[in-house]
Amino acid sequence: MTQHEKRPLLEIRGLEARVGEKQILRGIDLTIRAGEVHALMGPNGSGKSTLAGVLAGRPSFEVTAGSIHFDGRELQGLLPEERAREGMFLAFQYPIEIPGVTNNYFLKAAVNAVRQHRGQDTLDAMDFLALSREKMKIVGMKPELMSRAVNEGFSGGEKKRNEVLQMLLLEPRLAILDETDSGLDIDALRVVASGVNYLRSANRALLVITHYQRLLEYIVPDFVHVLSEGRIAHSGGKELALELEAKGYGWLEKEPPAAGAAQ
Amino acid sequence: MSALAAANARLLGLCDEAARRSDPLAALRRAGREAFAASGLPDTHREEWKYTSLAPLVALDWALAPASFSPSAPPPGIEMFTLRESPAGTPRIGDLVDLKEHPLAALATALLDDGLVIRSIPNADVARPIELSLSTREIHRPELRVPRVRIEAARGSRLAVVLDHACAAIGGPRFTNAVIEIDIAENAQLELTVLQRETGTAFHASNTAVRLARDARFTSRVITLGGRLVRNDLSVLLAGEGSECSLDGLYLGTGARVVDNHSLVDHAVPRGTSRQLYKGVLAGTSQGVFRGRVIVRPGAQKTDAAQSNTNLLLSNGAEIDTKPQLEIWADDVKCSHGSAIGRLDENALFYLRSRALDEREARALLTQGFAAQIFAALPSEALREELGAEFARRVAAETLP
Amino acid sequence: MSETAELRELAAKEYEYGFVTDIETEKIPRGLSEDVVRLISAKKEEPAWLLEWRLKAYRRFVQMLEAGHHPKWAQLTYPEIDYQAMYYYAAPKQAAKYEKIEDVDPELLRTYEKLGIPLAEQKRLAGVAVDAVFDSVSVATTYKAELEKHGIIFGSFSDAVKKHPELVQRWLGSVVPYSDNFFAALNSAVFSDGSFAYIPKGVRCPMELSTYFRINAQETGQFERTLIVAEEGAYVSYLEGCTAPRRDENQLHAAVVELVALDDAEIKYSTVQNWYPGDQQGRGGIFNFVTKRGACRGKRSKISWTQVETGSAITWKYPSCILQGDDSVGAFYSVALTRGRQQADTGTKMIHIGKNTRSTIVSKGISAGRGQQSYRGLVKIGPKAIGARNHSRCDSLLLGDQCGAHTFPYLEVKNASATVEHEATTSKISEDQLFYCRQRGISEEDAVSMIVNGFCREVLRELPMEFAVEAQKLLGLSLEGSVG
Repeated sequence: MTQHEKRPLLEIRGLEARVGEKQILRGIDLTIRAGEVHALMGPNGSGKSTLAGVLAGRPSFEVTAGSIHFDGRELQGLLPEERAREGMFLAFQYPIEIPGVTNNYFLKAAVNAVRQHRGQDTLDAMDFLALSREKMKIVGMKPELMSRAVNEGFSGGEKKRNEVLQMLLLEPRLAILDETDSGLDIDALRVVASGVNYLRSANRALLVITHYQRLLEYIVPDFVHVLSEGRIAHSGGKELALELEAKGYGWLEKEPPAAGAAQ
Repeated sequence: MSALAAANARLLGLCDEAARRSDPLAALRRAGREAFAASGLPDTHREEWKYTSLAPLVALDWALAPASFSPSAPPPGIEMFTLRESPAGTPRIGDLVDLKEHPLAALATALLDDGLVIRSIPNADVARPIELSLSTREIHRPELRVPRVRIEAARGSRLAVVLDHACAAIGGPRFTNAVIEIDIAENAQLELTVLQRETGTAFHASNTAVRLARDARFTSRVITLGGRLVRNDLSVLLAGEGSECSLDGLYLGTGARVVDNHSLVDHAVPRGTSRQLYKGVLAGTSQGVFRGRVIVRPGAQKTDAAQSNTNLLLSNGAEIDTKPQLEIWADDVKCSHGSAIGRLDENALFYLRSRALDEREARALLTQGFAAQIFAALPSEALREELGAEFARRVAAETLP
Repeated sequence: MSETAELRELAAKEYEYGFVTDIETEKIPRGLSEDVVRLISAKKEEPAWLLEWRLKAYRRFVQMLEAGHHPKWAQLTYPEIDYQAMYYYAAPKQAAKYEKIEDVDPELLRTYEKLGIPLAEQKRLAGVAVDAVFDSVSVATTYKAELEKHGIIFGSFSDAVKKHPELVQRWLGSVVPYSDNFFAALNSAVFSDGSFAYIPKGVRCPMELSTYFRINAQETGQFERTLIVAEEGAYVSYLEGCTAPRRDENQLHAAVVELVALDDAEIKYSTVQNWYPGDQQGRGGIFNFVTKRGACRGKRSKISWTQVETGSAITWKYPSCILQGDDSVGAFYSVALTRGRQQADTGTKMIHIGKNTRSTIVSKGISAGRGQQSYRGLVKIGPKAIGARNHSRCDSLLLGDQCGAHTFPYLEVKNASATVEHEATTSKISEDQLFYCRQRGISEEDAVSMIVNGFCREVLRELPMEFAVEAQKLLGLSLEGSVG
């Protein structure tokens, strides 16, 4: 195995970040390698979404200490669109509506921006149509939603499917899923999960942020981390998720688990 | 000399008489006189009076009626006193109305004789509405009254006031030129209901000026069913962050009446919320006027302002002129307004008639339905029934085949 | 320097370049007087009836000026215009300002390129000497021949007065009489030129008529007069304007446009305007006062106004429709972008007179920088306008917290069978929307452009295709640097 292959896809060291006046992340250490699926769990307010936002480069989130290396490259200083083009994808917890801009137009622009960055040919309308049709089948999304404005009037489930569709179209190297399962019924959950699993490969990594263990039965993680008050309190294998589900987050405060291998 | 000039001269004469009295209100009267002298009665060249002509009022020779208040005993948590008898000197008065902008309020101020102050004590929670009747006795010549009410809701308190402008009396024409000042302190709440049910010879102008402090809440319902010419000016200043106001109105025009509602909501600070819903029903050859102005000042971010004005025209010859206005100087805001004018839905009418109601009953039912939303918000069951019935009666009288 | 003095200086600049010109250099004095009006009419060799009309208009203008009847609106601030300091007849510019294109301001060239304007055009627009190779004549000839086949008359107003005086006399001033308003009176007295189009009965004009058809476009006159008449069953789509930034030393523009549609006729009038907005301090911009009115005289006639405006220091413009004929339809679609220190007070008037008339208003305003924008609309339903229907939608998009967007609709309804609906919203592009786009690889600027175009979609799709593409580019270009 060469040194290049051994290099982690995402390396976070001592990350501290705040939003406005409030300090949310208080020292995160996390390493994710290509081919791995990591789950991040934690009670509300622990900083899960903040971490996702910091990784994606949200302007209002300020890094106060630490480093983030994506494929060996320091992320800080890179604009959100630059991170996206480098292969980072964030599936939002609350996908926003953009009236007047069709889903089709938006996605084609995004796909071509990434393709151009990678030195690939951009797609014309016909090519994109074919590509999007193919991907829509995987997530079970109705074709009419492409000619609607982005997320406008979409149900919760449709919005989440739209996120996964985008992920399939943009083929990121690191996909961060921010509570993609919240608000979904079992059927929708299955479809979304199968879309996500479709992307699993040796070259790609997933960071699945979730409050509930249920999603992890469909997207089985290699590692589970628990975030508490801005720090990763515990890490383990997929059994950790089951223990949390059974005993609740409060359990962690009282009784540190036997297998607590931090990275 | 034109009729308008002559009327102004006569009114200034009344102002001069009032100016001769020396009491703590003298300075305020002087300010009122100065402002009125500069503008006189407004004519239709003034943008804010573009659709509303005061000609019938101008023609009459008004005599000033003395102020008279006979409030009932206030409930616990409320103090009530007149300006003359106020304890500890004259309370703040006249600081909320812009006299330059409002010539009729300036006139009322110049003629100010006495007023009623309603004040809550901090944190009082007064569930029962305070009822104030401003009806008049029988008169025999054109009479001008200038009632003044000041309501102060102290910090954290909650109260409701119902102002009833009925006039059971008959006789000559009257002109009620009322000024209502409302100051709502931090976290306090006031619900104001105004009922205008005067006879067809009454002229009515009321100027209500409201200031809201941080987290204060103001709800108002103005229901206008009577009066020959009615002009309501309602101005709300959201001066404290997080304050909210909700302004509802229902106006009914019948015969040849004119009813004009001008509202102004001034979002001066961030995080204010305002809602306005005004509904009009115009029958006969009446005229309705609505001007809803919302200003969002620079820096008033996170403002949420919505306004709606819907009107039903029941007959040809009736008229509605509406101007919903938005002046937005901040960008992180949510502001909208909507205005609609129409007639009763043909489909709905047909449906009712297919269920054996005759046309008149069907129209009356739908018209009542249109107004129902506003009545539903009235503070007591008794009022809801009373107003609903009166509305129905007046509409029926108007729409006789 | 006072504003008046500045105006004077600017007006004087025209004559500073030292043109080489082969036309008479008759000196027409500054200022406005009956003599100037007579001079203008004589230079154009106009018939007596037109001179008489101009003189009546001039006398009316003087009356209004003396009575202090120039328009003043609360939301606009502009300096007093000194009418005696301006030139009212500018010699047509035949000679070029520059020898070669390299001498032209590179910023200006960059703009032309971004708008996709071919090099030959760029030269002409910038005032560079055009090489003899560029054949301007042949294109114009083919165009005119096509129109003549259909009996369509299209050309300059001055030409029409000479060749079709009876048509002009019949319709001139029938929609906007010279007494209508201050600037209409001024325009009627001293109008320089403009367009005239006449579509005979039953003819559907086979191409878009355009003053933007660059070959025939003259230098922008200060006081343009346009008259378009569509006879029974006729159809015409007319385009006015230019996406290229129009710098003009003539600061005051007061145009009049009259449209007449008879039974079953339809006129679509589209405008894409990019006036020079003035510098960052708001100096040097153009004052654009236009009276545009369409009369739907015939039954089932239709007139629609579509406009995309950016630039202009001050715009005062209310394209209107008079819906006289039964079942006639009026429409107004507008996108207005103000930035820098621009002020725009614009809107429309829909006057419903006949039976079962219908009007639609869609106004999209975008404010950035310190731009101030006001929509002022009037929907008037007359007492006999049975079954009238109107729907209006005015939306404002604010980019930044130093700009303002204001809406002043007037709805005057005197008929009980009318249905009138008006909605207005104000919003901004949220941080969340921008971040969402950027996380998908789209740059911030492209994201703003995308969202703004989405905001304007309803209006842009009313424009003829080529214009729509140019308009979108123009919006994108105008937004550059307005973000953040």
